[in-house]
Amino acid sequence: MLRILIRGLFLMLLAGAVNAAPVFVFTAIPDQDETQLKQRFQKVADYLQQELKTEVRFIPVKSYAASITAFRNNQVQLAWFGGLSGVQARELVPGSRAVAQGVEDPEFKSFFIANTSTGISPSDHLPESLRGLTFTFGSKGSTSGRLMPEYNLREQFGIGPDELFSRVGFSGNHSRTIALVESGAYQVGALNYKVWETAVAEGKVDTSKVQVIWETPTYPDYQWSVRGDLDAVYGDGFTARLEKALLEMNDPELLNSFPRSGFIPASNDDFEPVRKVARQVGLLD
Amino acid sequence: MNSTKPLSLPRYRWPGGVRTGVWFLLVALLCLPFADLDVSSLDPWREIGRMLQGVISPQLMDPVLVTEALLATLAFAFAGVALAVICGFLLALMFHNLLVRAICALIRSIHELFWALIFLQFFGLHPLTGLLAIAVPYCGIFARMYAEIFDQVATQPEKALPVGSGFFSALLYTRLPQAWPHLVSYTSYRLECGIRSSAILGFVGLPTLGYYLESSFSQGYYSEVAGLMILFYLLIATKKLWLRRWTLPLFLLGSPFFMGSGMPIIWGNVGRFFSQDIIPAPLRSGDASLHSLVDWAGTIVMDQALPGVWNTLLLSQIALVVTGLFALLFFPLINRYCFDTVGRIPGHIFLVVARSTPEYLLAYILLQLLGPSMLPAVIALAIHNGALIGYLTGRNSNEIRLRPDAPERRTDRYFYELLPRSYPAFLSFMLYRWEVIMRETAILGILGIQTIGFFVDSAIQEIRFDVALLLILIAAMMNILVDLLARRIQLHP
Repeated sequence: MLRILIRGLFLMLLAGAVNAAPVFVFTAIPDQDETQLKQRFQKVADYLQQELKTEVRFIPVKSYAASITAFRNNQVQLAWFGGLSGVQARELVPGSRAVAQGVEDPEFKSFFIANTSTGISPSDHLPESLRGLTFTFGSKGSTSGRLMPEYNLREQFGIGPDELFSRVGFSGNHSRTIALVESGAYQVGALNYKVWETAVAEGKVDTSKVQVIWETPTYPDYQWSVRGDLDAVYGDGFTARLEKALLEMNDPELLNSFPRSGFIPASNDDFEPVRKVARQVGLLD
Repeated sequence: MNSTKPLSLPRYRWPGGVRTGVWFLLVALLCLPFADLDVSSLDPWREIGRMLQGVISPQLMDPVLVTEALLATLAFAFAGVALAVICGFLLALMFHNLLVRAICALIRSIHELFWALIFLQFFGLHPLTGLLAIAVPYCGIFARMYAEIFDQVATQPEKALPVGSGFFSALLYTRLPQAWPHLVSYTSYRLECGIRSSAILGFVGLPTLGYYLESSFSQGYYSEVAGLMILFYLLIATKKLWLRRWTLPLFLLGSPFFMGSGMPIIWGNVGRFFSQDIIPAPLRSGDASLHSLVDWAGTIVMDQALPGVWNTLLLSQIALVVTGLFALLFFPLINRYCFDTVGRIPGHIFLVVARSTPEYLLAYILLQLLGPSMLPAVIALAIHNGALIGYLTGRNSNEIRLRPDAPERRTDRYFYELLPRSYPAFLSFMLYRWEVIMRETAILGILGIQTIGFFVDSAIQEIRFDVALLLILIAAMMNILVDLLARRIQLHP
């Protein structure tokens, strides 16, 4: 039995070694419904494969941290990160760069939504009546569903969310935040405005039960980040071709699945504001 | 010189077991006011309705994907348990060594999901992550149980061996044959646990059933969930049919091929994890001093470990008592003095389903229905563990021979005959389960209940593995302490 097991292990390692032939692998933070993500990024994989003339694979992961770890461990070479996860990941991988972002991403925002039973109506500031309610973020590592809402709450009330609300939860992703606030499991929540707008447009939200009560000031969010060592593995000029391909994604169907109106160049410095806020909130050292 | 002794009424003393039970009950009642047991969902019925609809219209998602997931679930379970059996057996032979015992206690006190989260950091989504996440804790469990089984076999045959017989002859000819049936039955039970663990590993991204369960669940595709769950129950319920002596080698040989390929391992990451990631932050930075280290640890203990430990204790003590009540309620369902053969069938089905559903999954479902609080966790732990202990107690109670004057009415028979006579066995099952419940309680934090697992998950999401590891070790210490305490109570109730 021992021999069988050793052989099995050996085969597995061998399989790992064979896979190390340069297939280009990328991932994305699991920020909304998985089916949608899979459809979207399969399209991106097909597109990149065609443009880069090399095998491209998308690997879905179950948490923000897992996408960062995969990028750090060089098990993926490219990732669609949020503002915070991008900053975290690039800090861990010297030489890695943000190369492209959506046209909308430099001025991204979060929506605070509330169950209509709270009686809170939309306004241009966070109302005092939030005190003592129940509140859900999205994922713990999300920019639009955690970092920026927490920052804005702290700015407005001068205390942390744990003190402000009677209960604070993490729904896991933006789609779940809508579902949980709609069902009343939480009274208030905060999420990515794009996910909200798309869900409303697709008729997936009962707007008689949940509505937007405030929107945050804008901040930079999602971006494509690449590792710095791609050319050594995939050949000279690969990173440049990859950047070009990402920026030239203009198939309306592809863009709609994000949803972004197009992609523009990005740099690490664009996300300096996110890093500052993350330090202030204590999510980064 | 003989004087008559003054007549004194014998003072009634409660049996030790009953006193132990009452103590646990009191502790749980004391915990109640501090625990957050609200139903915070405004309209749970709507979601329950949708879920029931899913249950009555089960649907299979892509059959290729489902088959792959089922095979992967079995593959991780078989390979992981097999590796654990080999290592556990070898360690069991050395179990008199204090260091071996300590190592085993440590590795089994860390939950397989925590192990998976650790291995994920450097192996990534590679089969080795899933394999080791099961093999490592199970190895510690096997070592202890095998050692206990070996301790219980008779020593006379060993003494009858010719002088000069070596250790291995003694093992092979006297201890092993006697222990064999017990080893096999325990290993087979553990294999079932392994299948459950393997399914749950999907929740962190490995390609087992849990992966698809989580996806379908979080998107509200309840018909798909029902389809997957029914398959899972069938798999466990039919275990006796497909798991035979001659199929075992097939499963073992085949398992390496069905774990999925995942991402390649890069060994440099392993070195980095141990040499950088888990080194406490103050030691990594320039100003390494004892003072900064104490500061660092102090902050973590005050802000994360203490609230985590407190909530874990509250939740697990309440869950333990509710588990006990459920078990006492459930066990007559399969008792032959309470129901006839046909009447016991529903009870058996209910207990199989309830004990096959991992508490992690149950808690996940109930959290969606009842909203975030400790209530869904208590119910989930109590249903799963209550069904398991109910089943064991029920099986045990079937061996009782009723006294000739046993009461005729079923309730009287339960309260005056079955309950008192099953209670000692029940209590000992419960004490064994205490540590498991505590370990599971910690893990449920990953789902958002603020037990210590919640803080571990937060630290991992913040890419602070030094913090995560410290918290995991604190959780492990809790489990070890509870395990020691349980064994003390077991010996002196």
